Amino acid sequence: MSQLTLGKDLLGLEYLSPDHIKLILDTAEPFKEVSERAIKKVPTLRGKTIVNLFFEASTRTRISFEFAEKRLSADTVNVASSASAVEKGETLVDTARNLEAMRIDMVVIRHPSSGAAKFLADRINSSVVNAGDGKHEHPTQALLDLLTIRDTLGRIEGVKVCICGDILHSRVARSNIWGLLKLGAEVAVCGPQTLMPLGIEQLGVRVFRRIEEAIQWADVLNVLRLQLERMSAGFIPSLREYSRVFGVSVERLERAPRDLVILHPGPMNRGVEIDSGVADGPHSVILQQVTNGIAVRMAVLYLLAGGRADLAEAAKGGQEGAE
Amino acid sequence: MTTLLLSGGRVIDPSRDHDAPADLLVIDGRIEAVEAGLSAPDGVAVVDVSGLVVAPGLVDLHTHLREPGHEGKETVATGTRAAVAGGFTAICAMPNTDPVTDNQATVGFIVKQAAEAAAARVYPIGAVSLGQRGEQLAEFGELVGAGAVAVSDDGHPVVSGHLMRTALEYAQTFGIPVADHCEEPTLAAGGVMHEGIVSTRLGLKGIPAAAEEIMVARNILLAELTGGHVHLCHMSTRGSVELIRRAKERGVPVTAEACPHHFTLTHEACAAYDTSAKMNPPLREPEDVAAIREALKDGTIDVIATDHAPHHYDAKEREFDDAPFGIIGLETALGLGVTELVRGGVLTLPELIARMSTVPARIFHLPGGTLAPGAPADVVVLDPGATWTVDPSMFFSKSRNTPFAGRELRGRVIRTLVGGRTVFQARAT
Amino acid sequence: MPADGEHTILFDARAIARALQRMTLEIVALAQGTDHLVLVGIRRRGVELAERIGALIREDLRVDIPRGALDITLYRDDLQTVGPRPVIGETRLPHEIEGKVVVIVDDVLYTGRTVRAALDELTDFGRPARIGLCVLVDRGGRELPIQADVVGAYLDVAPGDQVEVRLEEVDGRDVVELVKGGDST
Repeated sequence: MSQLTLGKDLLGLEYLSPDHIKLILDTAEPFKEVSERAIKKVPTLRGKTIVNLFFEASTRTRISFEFAEKRLSADTVNVASSASAVEKGETLVDTARNLEAMRIDMVVIRHPSSGAAKFLADRINSSVVNAGDGKHEHPTQALLDLLTIRDTLGRIEGVKVCICGDILHSRVARSNIWGLLKLGAEVAVCGPQTLMPLGIEQLGVRVFRRIEEAIQWADVLNVLRLQLERMSAGFIPSLREYSRVFGVSVERLERAPRDLVILHPGPMNRGVEIDSGVADGPHSVILQQVTNGIAVRMAVLYLLAGGRADLAEAAKGGQEGAE
Repeated sequence: MTTLLLSGGRVIDPSRDHDAPADLLVIDGRIEAVEAGLSAPDGVAVVDVSGLVVAPGLVDLHTHLREPGHEGKETVATGTRAAVAGGFTAICAMPNTDPVTDNQATVGFIVKQAAEAAAARVYPIGAVSLGQRGEQLAEFGELVGAGAVAVSDDGHPVVSGHLMRTALEYAQTFGIPVADHCEEPTLAAGGVMHEGIVSTRLGLKGIPAAAEEIMVARNILLAELTGGHVHLCHMSTRGSVELIRRAKERGVPVTAEACPHHFTLTHEACAAYDTSAKMNPPLREPEDVAAIREALKDGTIDVIATDHAPHHYDAKEREFDDAPFGIIGLETALGLGVTELVRGGVLTLPELIARMSTVPARIFHLPGGTLAPGAPADVVVLDPGATWTVDPSMFFSKSRNTPFAGRELRGRVIRTLVGGRTVFQARAT
Repeated sequence: MPADGEHTILFDARAIARALQRMTLEIVALAQGTDHLVLVGIRRRGVELAERIGALIREDLRVDIPRGALDITLYRDDLQTVGPRPVIGETRLPHEIEGKVVVIVDDVLYTGRTVRAALDELTDFGRPARIGLCVLVDRGGRELPIQADVVGAYLDVAPGDQVEVRLEEVDGRDVVELVKGGDST
């Protein structure tokens, strides 16, 4: 029997091996059934304390984590940005030390700065789950995307997935790229060049400048939310133009050579990056993503709760800098 | 005691193309003679430096001493002690202090603090603009009168093309260079590291190479227009090197400096969100490192400067986005130069000493950088073969922010003389 | 004294078949007939044993007994010490266990901790009228006050040794073996 463990933290998919990713997806399968029970609760994490530390507003991810935690019988505390000491000027390192002093078992952190989850993980003994750090990674979102693709198409290897939209600012895109590539999918990105990070093709992805070409190529479109503030920052001229040039519409999909599976991490801007007809259409798996989100997060929490610290380094990989 | 004989060393003096075994006699703080077989006059102490190199003291054109205003990070006293421990006998203090060094009182204060500290010589650099706000010219005449040797708004670029032009014109009256931190602010806005594959992977906002190069090109054009001497601080990109090379071919009055971290590290040093590798300009790509090294060899880049930028110990203990830019460099510069450039086959040891002593003194018109008889005895004695490990807890600087902790370096400072007085002596090993 | 790792056959296929015949009768007696009987196997081999008992009842009495499967991984009390299991099986129960006589079926009864977890999990799904426990081998060594109602064989096995039940459906043959020093947990 495999002795694979996740280690102490889940910081990003870049640092996981394909086997680790498969382990999480396989572990998520039985957790789907728990959520179908009359009593949607198992005692697995009874007595564990989990802090959901959200320095950025996020209703969806926080609720999904909270459901996952409660269905595993963990005790949870939510610390939201508005109530946090951060606004009183406390640094993340002080927050970390305080959490440690409260003898908690796990922290789920969402933070606007890239690298914040690793920063915390390096400083506390508790497990850290990255629920989105800046523009870096959002591993559980990518894992639920992978699970949904696997559920829908029966495989990930060889599937052509195009991630569409604001790649530059997207942690969802980065985590998806790592996860998909590690599991053998073909990956492309598509969006305005102003929202494309420099050198993205060096990660091993194709770049489409036009959504029509992406639709011709792909089996799956993962349509990212367009943050509306990108317009005021001058990355795109207007939402109307974005929708007209890059929006995923019914008309565009009708010209695809095959039925495309449509994912969206939510919340959607209907009529901007995605038409209602697509979002609510027969090939949209957007609600299944939400359901799978709880199962994936239960799997991650379960695996980390049993994780052994001595294996943590191996799982994180050689990310200790260039020296 | 400012009279002594350094006996039996290899004397390297790039100002006179001297590289041979010789004794060096110092009398009353000045160099009396450099010859083989000198004997000490009665009562003169003899210091045996056989097996060691005797060279003119190093000169740093780019140091942030933080005083006045930020004494928690560094003071003139601690910064000059760090300087002499690193073999520097003279350093130029950047004006981004609080208050800004844009007036003669502040320049005079720094000069006074340096005299009290009695370690390295300190040459203040005045601000280009009042408050470094980039609007109104500072009083260059007053600044120079109080002891300033150059002007710069370092920490910030001189954004306005008009202001830069005016500064280059006006500075000619006083024969001083205008040193610029080359950064186009709208391109660099919000950036925390080099824009490239590493910033893409980490999800950090990048600073493109073009942000530097645009201002390098502008400054070259304005130097050409005005005939004023522009000095380009901390060059970091291959594009900048190419622009400077072509300008020098045309005879434009431009000089440039590069920092040890830019010829040693690449943006991969940031890959684990290591804030000690966060600096501005940022660490770039391997091709940039290679171009900087080549430019130091062929003289396109004139000098090595440290951009010594101390920060309080917990300031870097932050998210990468929020940590301040900068690393300290006075105590590691020579070791990095010897290890990376001399042992790396880029420069000879005399060439390294020229880029760290003789040339910086010459382009900023400073005393020093020479062992010519009659010159002040600003001397460094170093052991180029000695191996040591960077241990920030042993630094004389008040700050510890370096990405080089734990790195093994070759080239160790054994003794530093300023005006013939021993201001630093290495612990016996 | 046999060496560590040495296998001794305790029961062969015929002995297992005979034991299951007898156990089936005892289960029907325990449930006072088959009207309210539900068989629930504990993954993995308990599930196969429950299937066989169900088949025997069908042969003898021509009734289909509702059957279920429990994976007790999420109810274990040793996550801290043993770590997570790499594969968690599905838990599947008949639609209704309320008011039924549920007989839990497992291969070996040892410390009782698995049965404790199974009882917890089962009660999260409803409130049976009675819960019974049926095991092929009771090897002693209980750490909890739990006992089986129906037992194929009682064995007195030293704590360091292991009883391994192998079944045709999973392992390709029916046999119960004693493994010396085989208890690695």
